[in-house]
Amino acid sequence: MSYKAALRVWRGDHGRGDLADYAVEVNEGEVVLDVLHRLQATQAGDLAIRWNCKAGKCGSCSMEINGRPRLACMTRMSTFTEDEVLTITPLRTFPVIRDLVTDVSFNYAKARQIPSFTPDPSVGLGEFRMQQADVERSQEFRKCIECYLCQNTCHVIRDHAENENAFAGPRFLMRVAELEMHPADTADRRDIAQDDFGLGFCNITKCCTEVCPEHIKITDNALIPLKERVAGRRYDPLVWLGSKIARRPRSTGTPKVPDNRH
Amino acid sequence: MTQVSDAPAKTRAQISQKTLRTDRWWEQPAIVATLLTIWVTYATVHVFIGKWYWVPQYHYLTPFYSPCVSGECVPGAASLGTWFGHLPPIIPYAVVSLPFVLGFRLSCYYYRRAYYRAFWRAPAACAVREPHQKYTGETRFPLIMQNLHRYFFYMVILISILNTYDVIQAFHGKTGGIGFGLGTLIMLVNVVLLWCYSLSCHSCRHITGGRLKHFSKHPVRYWIWNRISWLNARHMQLAWTTLGTLMLTDLYIWLVAAHVFSDFRFYN
Repeated sequence: MSYKAALRVWRGDHGRGDLADYAVEVNEGEVVLDVLHRLQATQAGDLAIRWNCKAGKCGSCSMEINGRPRLACMTRMSTFTEDEVLTITPLRTFPVIRDLVTDVSFNYAKARQIPSFTPDPSVGLGEFRMQQADVERSQEFRKCIECYLCQNTCHVIRDHAENENAFAGPRFLMRVAELEMHPADTADRRDIAQDDFGLGFCNITKCCTEVCPEHIKITDNALIPLKERVAGRRYDPLVWLGSKIARRPRSTGTPKVPDNRH
Repeated sequence: MTQVSDAPAKTRAQISQKTLRTDRWWEQPAIVATLLTIWVTYATVHVFIGKWYWVPQYHYLTPFYSPCVSGECVPGAASLGTWFGHLPPIIPYAVVSLPFVLGFRLSCYYYRRAYYRAFWRAPAACAVREPHQKYTGETRFPLIMQNLHRYFFYMVILISILNTYDVIQAFHGKTGGIGFGLGTLIMLVNVVLLWCYSLSCHSCRHITGGRLKHFSKHPVRYWIWNRISWLNARHMQLAWTTLGTLMLTDLYIWLVAAHVFSDFRFYN
């Protein structure tokens, strides 16, 4: 069974543009990306779309479909009624290069700022052993496909571009949490999580978790545990008192964010 | 602080609508705001009313008045004794517990999400533009105080112990000795769910095991962390259920104490 779907697709570049109307054929079992490819092949040869795997694993085809951040390759047309108009726009948080393609280099810059894995130098290569129980928490975060839907939907930068310098976004706070929980990582990342990556901006409204196509519990398993760890270092008077009477020495060696690494 | 590559907002897609969502995104924050408002209004009224909080025949004490420490508490209700003389009407009888219970719920990670969305609209729903010009989140006073959630958790554990004691007291028969009725059962269910809600707290999850780097070196704490994590995944449901059971428990005791109806007794 095929039908003609009504599409409103954002066309334009460098932020300037408008929604253009199209009627495109839809066949049974298709996803939004299939329909966009048909639009490109039949009516709008110059439509720019970023895509790669068509299997929800490369994170390239992130866009907003009827206002919701989603992967076009994982959004079935059968989730919409045949008479529903589909409005398809680029990710709102990032600058538009052209049509549905955005410049996500903000995320690469943030990724480079995170001090890398810091193992104990006295443990030789191949000597460290980890149990499955120690690995499991980090494994969940490693499912991330870098689609940046969480970065896009987080209101801290989506609605307040002025926070882009101070806030790394959920994806990279999750990376900080992953390293902070890693049993072989010796660096204390709690201060930089708060000061340099803006953990305090997060008000745990869980939109990052809601849009994650890998169903990673970003808020519950990464951001809140990281907030609790920061609270332990920065805002817990008992920990502070313990460090003063030297029963619980404060850990040191918090790596600072490297400067000027674009 | 490193400067990230320029991504000036003006080159984002210039879309004037605050959202292009076509689903009923406004429904959930509206429901949450309504339910929280109803609950807070109800609790405020009964906390300050100063009567119908104790059923002397069966030793039912509503959790809103536990511990009853005001000089105006009826003798049987003051299980910890009276700590103060007569307090002005703007101070509730359970003044030593209510601020901590309130602080625990206000700084709870689930309720924060609920009221930031429902009342502050930051954001009301995902991918819906928030109405504020500026946003600093929990980086400044007063919201930076949310980091004290674990201290409210510690206090609430003590209060839960007291609530458990109140339930044990409520196994009291009309003629003395052991007895139980529908009120006892409601109080028991309420206190079990209150324990579940308190122990499912994210701070509890952190304290019991989440703060560790090496789970394999602490198998007991890892086991506890796994159990708490299971409960934690149900924190939202427990948050709402306990609001309901608290209100039901209080209302039942209120109505029995006011002689609107009698307690349904199973034994004695």
